[in-house]
Amino acid sequence: MMARVRPKLAVFKFASCDGCQLTLLDAEDHLLEVAGQVDICYFLEATSRVVDGPYDLALVEGSITTAHDAARIREVRRNARFLITLGACATAGGIQSLRNWGNLPEFLQAVYARPEYIQTLATSTAIAAHVSVDFELRGCPINKAQLLDVLRAFLADRRPNVPKHSVCLDCKRHGTVCIMVAQGVPCMGPITQTGCGALCPSYDRGCYGCYGPCEQSQGEAWGRSLVRSGQPVPTVLHQLRSFNAGAEDWRQAGDSLDNCASTAGPARTEEPRS
Amino acid sequence: MTEERVIHVEALARVEGEGALTIRVRDKRVEEVQLRIFEPPRLFEAFLRGRRIEEVPDITARICGICPVAYQMSTVHALEAALDVTVPRSIRQLRRLLYCGEWIESHALHMHLLQAPDFLGYDSGLSMAQDFPREVTRGLTIKKYGNEILEVLGGRAIHPVNVAVGGFHRLPRREELTALLPHLQEGLALSIEVASWVSRLNFPAFTPSYEWVALVHPDEYPMNEGVITSRTGEAWLVNDYETAFEEIHLPHTTALQSRRSGRGTPYFVGPIARLNLNWDRLHPIARQTADGLGIAWPTSNPFHGIVARALEVIHAFAESIELIQHYQPTIPARQEYSLRDAEGCAATEAPRGLLYHRYRINREGTVDFAKIVPPTSQNQAQIEEDLRSWVTTLLDHDDRHIAQQCEFLIRNYDPCISCATHFLRVTIDRREESCSPP
Repeated sequence: MMARVRPKLAVFKFASCDGCQLTLLDAEDHLLEVAGQVDICYFLEATSRVVDGPYDLALVEGSITTAHDAARIREVRRNARFLITLGACATAGGIQSLRNWGNLPEFLQAVYARPEYIQTLATSTAIAAHVSVDFELRGCPINKAQLLDVLRAFLADRRPNVPKHSVCLDCKRHGTVCIMVAQGVPCMGPITQTGCGALCPSYDRGCYGCYGPCEQSQGEAWGRSLVRSGQPVPTVLHQLRSFNAGAEDWRQAGDSLDNCASTAGPARTEEPRS
Repeated sequence: MTEERVIHVEALARVEGEGALTIRVRDKRVEEVQLRIFEPPRLFEAFLRGRRIEEVPDITARICGICPVAYQMSTVHALEAALDVTVPRSIRQLRRLLYCGEWIESHALHMHLLQAPDFLGYDSGLSMAQDFPREVTRGLTIKKYGNEILEVLGGRAIHPVNVAVGGFHRLPRREELTALLPHLQEGLALSIEVASWVSRLNFPAFTPSYEWVALVHPDEYPMNEGVITSRTGEAWLVNDYETAFEEIHLPHTTALQSRRSGRGTPYFVGPIARLNLNWDRLHPIARQTADGLGIAWPTSNPFHGIVARALEVIHAFAESIELIQHYQPTIPARQEYSLRDAEGCAATEAPRGLLYHRYRINREGTVDFAKIVPPTSQNQAQIEEDLRSWVTTLLDHDDRHIAQQCEFLIRNYDPCISCATHFLRVTIDRREESCSPP
């Protein structure tokens, strides 16, 4: 029998909070098991050992916000047989993509005494906007069990088993009473992909969209119905524009709501005309 | 003949986020030390403006995946100060419990996977596990038990969902918390073993003169509140933080560096500072354990950070157990507040040290201004100063050894670069030039 060569794994970080990489280290019970099945060649948060590529699997956390990182991700792609992006930053641009709707020089001035020392792009974008991606694992943060499944799927050469249905379905399964229906609390559950285990409604609050749009998400219809029920447009807009602001369906929904609101005048609760 | 060496560490490993180090040595004198943080800026303080105050704890959590609770705590306390809301004792105790969970999780990660490999000569906790399986597994178990507190009380370990301005979204049922007790009891016993293990490591002799700064509270080990206190005996109310300390922006870094106002001198925050200034309020079980370890407190040796963390983990387990035993849920989960034009600030003790937030809010309930000063920004100037004297003792060694020892020193601070960016790469590029006369 041939000795099995362990696949070479690399973990790269771009603009992010480190939480998704940490999810790998948080897999306490499975960490040593997974680490035994791959050859960790590059994972700066966990090890000083650096082995040059090419790598069999690159896990990428974070979004692209600098010209240097835009070049670096192309290098990562060239060196990786399989590239998987982890988390809302890498798959949708993250919370830092709010700059995409702002004014960068003014933003820099608000944070830094010497904005001229800072080199950054006017946008924060997903990895897939720059290079081809083999699989996107969503979430802010990603789910530990889903990450382990993705790694095991890669090792077994099968498709990952990551459901794309909405959070609503999980609330029903858990028997959590719908807080939108019962309490009128705005909830993104109907348009958000599962992954968290329908956490927020079980903590008496509306879902705030950590896993991005579910399959067939109807962000625009969701936004309009909230506005019709009396939610102020800016509030609804902020819900669409948070950790997954750059995800396609929610970006479109937000922009459309924004346009309607600006043409409908200053009345905040006025229903936008379709 | 002049000899110039430039030592670069291109990418610091086993720290959270991205940074580099450059050291310039001329004629056996350290000329310049630059801790460069090239973690790209994410501009939180800019895009927080205009957001509703209820969203702020969810957003600031995303500054750091390792210490999200710290950001949530400083956020809610600062906003509550602005809203003139005082939370009842039961909420306050639950917030301490949540913080205990984060201290345990963050300290266990740092001790076992990031810092211990330096002392024992491994490139990672994972490779160390081959020779120290029991120690690494014990560390991961402790970390898991810390995460369990976060999962029950916060919903999840990374970016918990339950923290709200005015309290929590939902109070845990008593039995949800008491179910944690067996693991917390076991964690307490394991953390006493860890303290004994880390205290037997080989600590380099290095004792700079530090100005420790930490919160001090009259009757508890500091987490969510206290008076900002220096080793010098000076003390400031949190409202005076920005008078006592200032942030400066240097060209080599995307992080702002903090110094003492007026003097321009660095200061030292984190577990050692906390322990040195709060010894009497450390839990008796942690103090008793410390008595047998052979390290004299207060200490000025930054390499003792790993022991300070172990003692704080003991404290956190012991206090968690007591908090849960005394817990009675009281209604409501959240204090009501009325919106107004106001400003508020707060400082809490993140695992890595003092974390200061200030917000200006308006009667519409949105943020007009936000300022966030993370512990790593506050330690950055001190780390550079430490490196200057540390490198001087290492000049007879080769670049590789110097670089390794610099990273070892830096990791004592458990720098969180993701936080500080608004923090570091070590580059040791040795260039030796013999300038012989033509």
